[in-house]
Amino acid sequence: MTQPLEATGTAPAISVRDVVVSYNGRRVLDGINLDIARGETMVLLGGSGSGKSTLLRQIIGLERPQSGQILVNGVNMAQCAPKDLKKVRRSIGVAFQDSALFNSMSVEDNIALPLREHTRLAESTIRLMTWMKLAVVGLAEFGKLSPQALSGGMKKRAAVARALALDPDILVFDEPSAGLDPIVAAELDELILGLKRAFNMTVVVVTHEMASAFQIADRMAMLYKGSLIAVGTKEELQSSAHPHIRQFFDRVPDQIADMAALDKYFQRYLEGSSV
Amino acid sequence: MTTPVVERLGNSAMHHIEYVGGLAIQLRNAFGALGRTLPLVGNRSRWRSAVQQMLAVGVDAFPMVGIMAVCAGFILAMQGASELRRLGAMQFVIDLVTIGVTRELGPLLTAIAVSGRSGSAFSAEIGSMVVTEEIDAMRTMGIDPVEFVLAPKYLPALIVLPCLTILSTTCGILAGGPFMRLSTDMALGVYLRYVVRSIVLRDVLTGLVKSLAFATIIVHVGCLEGFRVRGGPDAVGRSATAAVVKSTFLVILADVGFTAIFYLTGGAVKP
Repeated sequence: MTQPLEATGTAPAISVRDVVVSYNGRRVLDGINLDIARGETMVLLGGSGSGKSTLLRQIIGLERPQSGQILVNGVNMAQCAPKDLKKVRRSIGVAFQDSALFNSMSVEDNIALPLREHTRLAESTIRLMTWMKLAVVGLAEFGKLSPQALSGGMKKRAAVARALALDPDILVFDEPSAGLDPIVAAELDELILGLKRAFNMTVVVVTHEMASAFQIADRMAMLYKGSLIAVGTKEELQSSAHPHIRQFFDRVPDQIADMAALDKYFQRYLEGSSV
Repeated sequence: MTTPVVERLGNSAMHHIEYVGGLAIQLRNAFGALGRTLPLVGNRSRWRSAVQQMLAVGVDAFPMVGIMAVCAGFILAMQGASELRRLGAMQFVIDLVTIGVTRELGPLLTAIAVSGRSGSAFSAEIGSMVVTEEIDAMRTMGIDPVEFVLAPKYLPALIVLPCLTILSTTCGILAGGPFMRLSTDMALGVYLRYVVRSIVLRDVLTGLVKSLAFATIIVHVGCLEGFRVRGGPDAVGRSATAAVVKSTFLVILADVGFTAIFYLTGGAVKP
């Protein structure tokens, strides 16, 4: 599995195979298999503790699984050498939940940082590129400010600009709409869609906001207690009868999601109809 | 009943071994990254942040370290005098202060002051960066946190701590002057001449070697505590406390080791 980084074509951008992760003997991810195609927007859904954030950390190479493979652009993140890992990471842009901008630097310097670290471009070129990234997210005139001076939505946009700095072909969002009001969250969804259209990026979004998920997703994957219980288009998931998916979509608390639904599901399952 | 005890003992031992292992790995990585923090040959932005740290760790600490050293020198002189006066050997107070401060109190007090001021600051700064996912963001951008965050603190500490040690040693020795003036009417010039006679280059050098080791301990324990923060803001506070406690403890432990080595390799043989 040592294809070159630039492996393109029909191979999926991200391919997760039999990934198992456990912390202190507790299985957090239990044999996950998931392919994310090039240019696709995949939304990872799931409640708190479902393992979706853990899966995300595996995909962006912050943690390594106990077993299984994670192929990103053909490189196995689970086993590759640190040098290769560093290389693959440059093709992944990550926008973190709390934006994770460095407070000790201006917004501009935050976005210029990956360029200064990884390229030998002249300072004037870096300034121009930084300005362009900021313009893409609509923050061109805010570059000189400190991240603390930005509103929640602006911070997230700045984080997106930083994720775009090295022109990645995979863009990853951790809870993009968390902590934002519905209008700003919708704007961010619009930005994600716009970026995808403009640069044809592969986008992976972890969220539990259904409205946002339906807005941006090409396909969705639903995690429940460390297992992938469904992968499919919005329509496929919406029409699914799986009790946990229904519970999640219909916003039913755990206690009320009664056993009857489960019974009904297994009855259909045993009768052989699709889930 | 024995199994849980053995198990707990084993777990606790593993925990400590893991901690020491973490320190060792971090130290190795830091040495690799130090070169890139140097001016001219290294990364420009690293050097700039290293200078900032030098001011924060060194210059800002000087008033406090200086006053502590003056007090310590004065205390040493008073304690020594109360005994030596009975023997009519007041001039030995000068030797006591000079040797005591140069070999021991100067480096140790400086290290404890810096550990309290900067060790906790390092762990709080890095810990809050862990909580806000800034460290994760760094790693996803392919930037090594040890090189980006730790090295620009380590290099300045290695430069600044010996400097602070020299300054605090000077302060401590000078504090003996007024004491001798007050208690025995000795002129300051005479006092200084006695000091020059009893000061030995070897003592100064051993003090500086110690201060380099202390700088390493303070920076690495402080940063490791920061990197190991898991959870929320309360963990940051705990890590700052742990950084000070552990680094002070290790500084004193290292001091015992170094002093024993210097004692065995030289001090004991000399008349």
